[in-house]
Amino acid sequence: MNEVDSDYLASAITDGVKKTTCYMCACRCGIVVHVKNGKVRYIEGNPDHPLNAGVICAKGGSGIMKEYSPARLTQPLRRKEGAERGMAQFEPISWEEAFSLLTERLARIRATDPKQFALFTGRDQMQALTGLFAREFGTPNYAAHGGFCSVNMAAGMIYTIGGSFWEFGGPDLERAKLFVMIGTAEDHHSNPLKRHIAAFKRRGGRFIAINPVRTGYAAIADEWIPIRPGSDGALFLALMRELIAKNLYDREFLSEFTNAAYLVDVTPGSAEEGLLVRHPEGDPINPLRPHNFSWWDAEKEQWVPDHTPGVRPLLEGERTLPDGRRVKPAFQLLWESLADCTPEWASEQTGIPAARIVKLAHEMGVVARDFQIELPIAWTDWWGRKHERVIGRPVAFHAMRGLAAHSNGFQTIRALALLMTLLGTIDRPGGFRHRAPYPRAVPPNARPPKGPEAIQPGAPLKGAPLGWVEFPEDLAVDEAGNPLRIDKGFSWEHPLSAHGLMHNVITNAWRGDPYPIDTLLLFMANMAWNSTMNTTEVRKMLTDKRADGEYKIPFLVVCDAFYSETVAFADLVLPDTTYLERFDCLSMLDRPISEFDGPVDACRVPVVAPPPGVKPFQEVLLELGWRLRLNAFTNPDGSRKYRNYPDFIVRFETAPNSGIGFLAGWRGENGTLAMRGAPNPEQWKRYEEHGCFFHYELPPGLRYMRNWNRDYLKWAQEVGLRRDFDPIVIHVYSEILQRFRLAAEGRWPGRQPPAELRERVRRFFAPLPFWYPPLEDEHTDRERYPLRALTQRPMAMYHSWDSQNAWLRQIHTYNFLYVHPQTAQAAGVEDGGWMWVESRWGKVRCLCRYSDAVEPGTVWTWNAIGKAAGAWNLAPDANESQQGFLLNHLIREELPFGERTISNSDPITGQAGWYDVRVRIYPADPTEPPQSWPQFAPMPAEIPGMAKRPGGVIAYPTVMSVEEAAAMQESMKSPWAFLFQKQGASR
Amino acid sequence: MTQFALVIDLNVCVGCHACVTNCKQWNTSGNAGPLADVNPYEADPRGTFFNRVLHYEVGTYPETETVYLPKSCMHCEEAPCVPVCPTGASYKREEDGIVLVDYDKCIGCKYCSWACPYGAREYDEARRVMTKCTLCVDRLYDPTLPEERRKPSCVLACPAGARIFGDIHDPDSEASRLIREQGGFTLMPELGARPANHYLPRKKRELAISEEQVERVHSPTALRSAPHAVGLKPIEEEL
Amino acid sequence: MRPAFSVIFLTTLIGAGQGLFLVVFGVALYESVPRSLLLTTGVVTMLLLAAGLFASFFHLGHPERAWRAVTRWRTSWLSREVIALPLFGVAVLLWTVHGWWQGTPSPTLGWVAALLAMVLYVCTGMIYAAIKILREWSHPMTVFNFIIIGLASGAVLAAALAGFVAEELKGVFEKLALWLLGVALASRGYTMWRNASLPPWSTARAINVHHNRIRQIGQGAMGGSFNTREFFHGQPEERVKQVRWVALGAGFVAPLLLLAFESPALAFLIHYAGLVAERWYFFAEAKHPQNLYYQSVG
Repeated sequence: MNEVDSDYLASAITDGVKKTTCYMCACRCGIVVHVKNGKVRYIEGNPDHPLNAGVICAKGGSGIMKEYSPARLTQPLRRKEGAERGMAQFEPISWEEAFSLLTERLARIRATDPKQFALFTGRDQMQALTGLFAREFGTPNYAAHGGFCSVNMAAGMIYTIGGSFWEFGGPDLERAKLFVMIGTAEDHHSNPLKRHIAAFKRRGGRFIAINPVRTGYAAIADEWIPIRPGSDGALFLALMRELIAKNLYDREFLSEFTNAAYLVDVTPGSAEEGLLVRHPEGDPINPLRPHNFSWWDAEKEQWVPDHTPGVRPLLEGERTLPDGRRVKPAFQLLWESLADCTPEWASEQTGIPAARIVKLAHEMGVVARDFQIELPIAWTDWWGRKHERVIGRPVAFHAMRGLAAHSNGFQTIRALALLMTLLGTIDRPGGFRHRAPYPRAVPPNARPPKGPEAIQPGAPLKGAPLGWVEFPEDLAVDEAGNPLRIDKGFSWEHPLSAHGLMHNVITNAWRGDPYPIDTLLLFMANMAWNSTMNTTEVRKMLTDKRADGEYKIPFLVVCDAFYSETVAFADLVLPDTTYLERFDCLSMLDRPISEFDGPVDACRVPVVAPPPGVKPFQEVLLELGWRLRLNAFTNPDGSRKYRNYPDFIVRFETAPNSGIGFLAGWRGENGTLAMRGAPNPEQWKRYEEHGCFFHYELPPGLRYMRNWNRDYLKWAQEVGLRRDFDPIVIHVYSEILQRFRLAAEGRWPGRQPPAELRERVRRFFAPLPFWYPPLEDEHTDRERYPLRALTQRPMAMYHSWDSQNAWLRQIHTYNFLYVHPQTAQAAGVEDGGWMWVESRWGKVRCLCRYSDAVEPGTVWTWNAIGKAAGAWNLAPDANESQQGFLLNHLIREELPFGERTISNSDPITGQAGWYDVRVRIYPADPTEPPQSWPQFAPMPAEIPGMAKRPGGVIAYPTVMSVEEAAAMQESMKSPWAFLFQKQGASR
Repeated sequence: MTQFALVIDLNVCVGCHACVTNCKQWNTSGNAGPLADVNPYEADPRGTFFNRVLHYEVGTYPETETVYLPKSCMHCEEAPCVPVCPTGASYKREEDGIVLVDYDKCIGCKYCSWACPYGAREYDEARRVMTKCTLCVDRLYDPTLPEERRKPSCVLACPAGARIFGDIHDPDSEASRLIREQGGFTLMPELGARPANHYLPRKKRELAISEEQVERVHSPTALRSAPHAVGLKPIEEEL
Repeated sequence: MRPAFSVIFLTTLIGAGQGLFLVVFGVALYESVPRSLLLTTGVVTMLLLAAGLFASFFHLGHPERAWRAVTRWRTSWLSREVIALPLFGVAVLLWTVHGWWQGTPSPTLGWVAALLAMVLYVCTGMIYAAIKILREWSHPMTVFNFIIIGLASGAVLAAALAGFVAEELKGVFEKLALWLLGVALASRGYTMWRNASLPPWSTARAINVHHNRIRQIGQGAMGGSFNTREFFHGQPEERVKQVRWVALGAGFVAPLLLLAFESPALAFLIHYAGLVAERWYFFAEAKHPQNLYYQSVG
């Protein structure tokens, strides 16, 4: 028992109760764990926790079977000498060997060419540490799964309102009267949303669900509006047009709190055409992001700085400035851009009747206008005006991956954000409310590396591996405009790729484009299965070799707690802890679990001891970081800076003595400070005493209108949530996008895109949202492939992570493709019959289930239920592999682009466009085997350190091991066995 | 006389299965357990669960309703599973109406499950006795639990708060009130078992908007002016 | 319902034993029945009871506690059957022993045993008929069928046994068997037709949603459960229909013919095979309302 491990063992209990944070999904509810005889017996929700208030979902309640799953990896493993990669032929090694191996290799990479090391994480919730490690190492090649998952949702809204949905913000269902939920799967934001929707309904709220599918939350909606996938942007634009035409929008809100009244230079051919006009007398406020924009005084008919007191700004029309420049308010441009977005046009794209679209707009507008909320909360806005009350407009929205996972997602989501803005619902009661650390600047301050000089051997990266691009100069490209990152993030191909592009890493590395890499380290990312597109081919790429016999991706390290499909491809396997065995931190610096009324962060503490051979990945990074002598992890005298991960969490500060660390509660030497303060060595204890979370409730005056709330903004800067003290004016008009358009047109003085990408950048970087069909449509015969295929995450499984859970897998043992009955019958496919679903890129054989709860042009299935044979220590003939299927095989990670290929993504953010895929369906031939296709050679069950799975029967907690199960099986064989059974044997 | 029961609000149940696994979790380690899982990591896994969530579709597209129906023992007031049991293992408690199985007496003949119209009983293949929902009777009367947590595990777990526990013979209990006020119903009442568990129906919330509410007198950007026109007149000129 | 072979063998074996005793005892009231046949009857009846009882234990999860099943006779027909069966067995034993020892069996004991045999038929039939929600079973014909089929199988067996130990009475039993088989065929055939004509259970009623188009998508578990195994026969519809024809053909028609051609032993063998099919079908044709909750996996 060494010092590093002692904190873990000290925290674990053998009998009693401990509070921690769940991690069966990214919701991260507070839980109370009951332990008896060293085994977890019961996990319930923590009634005091702000997120879940004592409730717990199906997954949280099954944590026991995750903890005791036979798919656990318990030893570091190395691919056997002479064994082929992908065959899961491993030999156990010690941690010391694993560390030496890795250190030697990574040190060599760092000393020569740091970008040869790529670190990609999947369902990781500690991106602040993994990102820090990558930055310190000096590689730009780092991202979590956001680019694959829903970066469009984050970016589309952050680039508009300075916040987004899920943990960044959400619908205020406590005060809303109308709630519109769009493109949301069953399990996004999970328990809080279930709680709030139920309470909302009971209070008499009206709930509309807009989705191609009606399951989950949509089942209890008062109305389901089916919509064609990828067409939501058209709906939002038409809604906006109708709202504006009928004056059902909040003009005052637009004028005061957005850039709708800012003047835009529309002088044809001018160097600044399409950019916002600066006023020489305006106050820049923040020299790093000057705010001196312009209004046109509608009464005095003159050009004034924005937010001049007493001025009513012009919103429509065109004017000429004294110097001859022609200008229009941004709102005028918005209105013009909506001219053709009629309800009839939107109806053609979405399949929603035009009259319904019109009625929906009226519903939203009238509810927002006529049910105005007034809270007696005084607040002062940035420009010094005192408001006696906070106004709210009770129309709330929630949206997620149904909008994001399309190549038109960014503009679609911008349109949604503008819709919400037009209704006047941003950070207002009953509408959308931010969650700390949001709202943040548009865009937030972190910037990716700007050029090749940012990557130097033996030095940290200059810039953050992931960041927010504001100017073409912020792109991570070289002088020729070539990408610096392996996934081509922050390049001209998809400039605003704030979360990276996990889905292109393996393909690019295999192809050596933009360059080959040496080592790929995957943490909790099942990138050889469901966290990838074009799975069959990607698996081949992982085992493909160069001419000299070396693998094209020479070294693959996989860190995971369980025997996933990706583990089979590893050269080095590092076993991770489960959430019940480790310290973790859900930090304000990363992805906390804040509430509307104030920041909330949380942590995890070990409840039970990890198996002896297992190390939490965070400890691995700290150790590696020290062995590599990275500054953040090493003392000046060369000794290891942090004893272990909890020590790191407590003592780390963003800058020396900044007082800003990972956990916001109980800071300061006495533990009396919140948000900012000196590190407190007792901080973990305080968190543990308080259920592992810290909730700071903002005073009422700081809870609303935070984009412009002076007191809030001051406080946010003081506690380090924001660097700057300036208002976050809503970008109705996105000058940022216009800059890129100008660059593409050759009218930008700085960086410009390579010739082959000019037209693409010019087309998509529109400063006002517009709708275009998904890019896949340009490359696929729409007649031959008339349907769209989607996936959805079920409430009782979290990605690929729960088939090793004996209880949850009984709920989702395999998956069907749900098809509208008419669509199925037209194709000759029977209910319950085997069928093929085929795209231009690939095909899959699966089972069909008729469903009337899906619009006829869509087919869908549950995400990641299908597994590779033998993975997750399931029997090779388990239903997950024999009947279950993975849709990813027929979605390609790239689309044709001229002579080459380009990522199959949103051209603005690089978001994987995996809901764009077009398919056709047809029945399987009766002579074909009744089995899903493709199939893969079963993964072996003999993995050093992995338990033999108990067969026959188990009964937690008394029967869990192979031996006990075998004995139980024997006793079940014959009713006469009782004669030979010891009394009370089963207890 | 007390009759404990569950009231399940279908108006807010989203079919998440929280009640299913939390029940399993509590009971497998408790007095009603352990609850077996057969072929846990093999093909066709199955196991003993006291509560299941069923999924139905009603109607035709686009007027499709998706209905989730959690189903567990109804603790019937005239429980048909009780008189048929030959050993008296199946019994209904006098004090609170909970129907239970005495595992020490059950001979596993399965006759009681034949009599149950709802398929609420499951034969545990490991222990070879009949099992079913106990309304977490071991929680209800546990003095070591805080009072507000002395409820069935499924009720505490349900994220939507769709499960309400109470005495349906007490007209002032929340359960009785909900049944009364929201049209609570039982399943297949004509079969005569008089289930104690009730369900609350779906209710639709409509919004009626009249034409007048939408029309505005001053609409600077009204469609009666040509939307394509550059240089739309400002508000004053519209008047 | 899932046909449970342990119960199928139980009811067919003891039914034949009860019928054998009743038929022979009944004929003995009018005809002179040789001692050999009476004793054979007693022994075979007891063997059949024992065999049936042995088979029934396989149906139980805890046969070692089976003695507890006598305690709830006030409410449970199964409990009553568990009392009646051994009582009948004891009565037959006493009757047989008395008959062997005294030369002729005691009429009093015989009447007691006969009464118990009828009581046992009623108890067995009522186990099924008492389940009101199983419409195929909860009908007076269920008890009647147990009696008439039991008597018929007893008569065929009696004819076969007479063929070995009391040739002179073989014809009497054959005629009796022909009549009983004919009535049983009509009776069982009628209930088969009646049960097949029952309107299906309504999913709308099962979930209390009033609409004429309701489909189950999922049942919350995809690998099956106790509820998908115990209450459903698990065979394709064609197989179930085939079993029905085997039941009627081998259970009644073929024995009728074979008896007409004076081969009662063969008739009994084929009849018993048909009986097993008939009992299998008895379970399979019963459609439990709980199946409405387990119609589809999705």
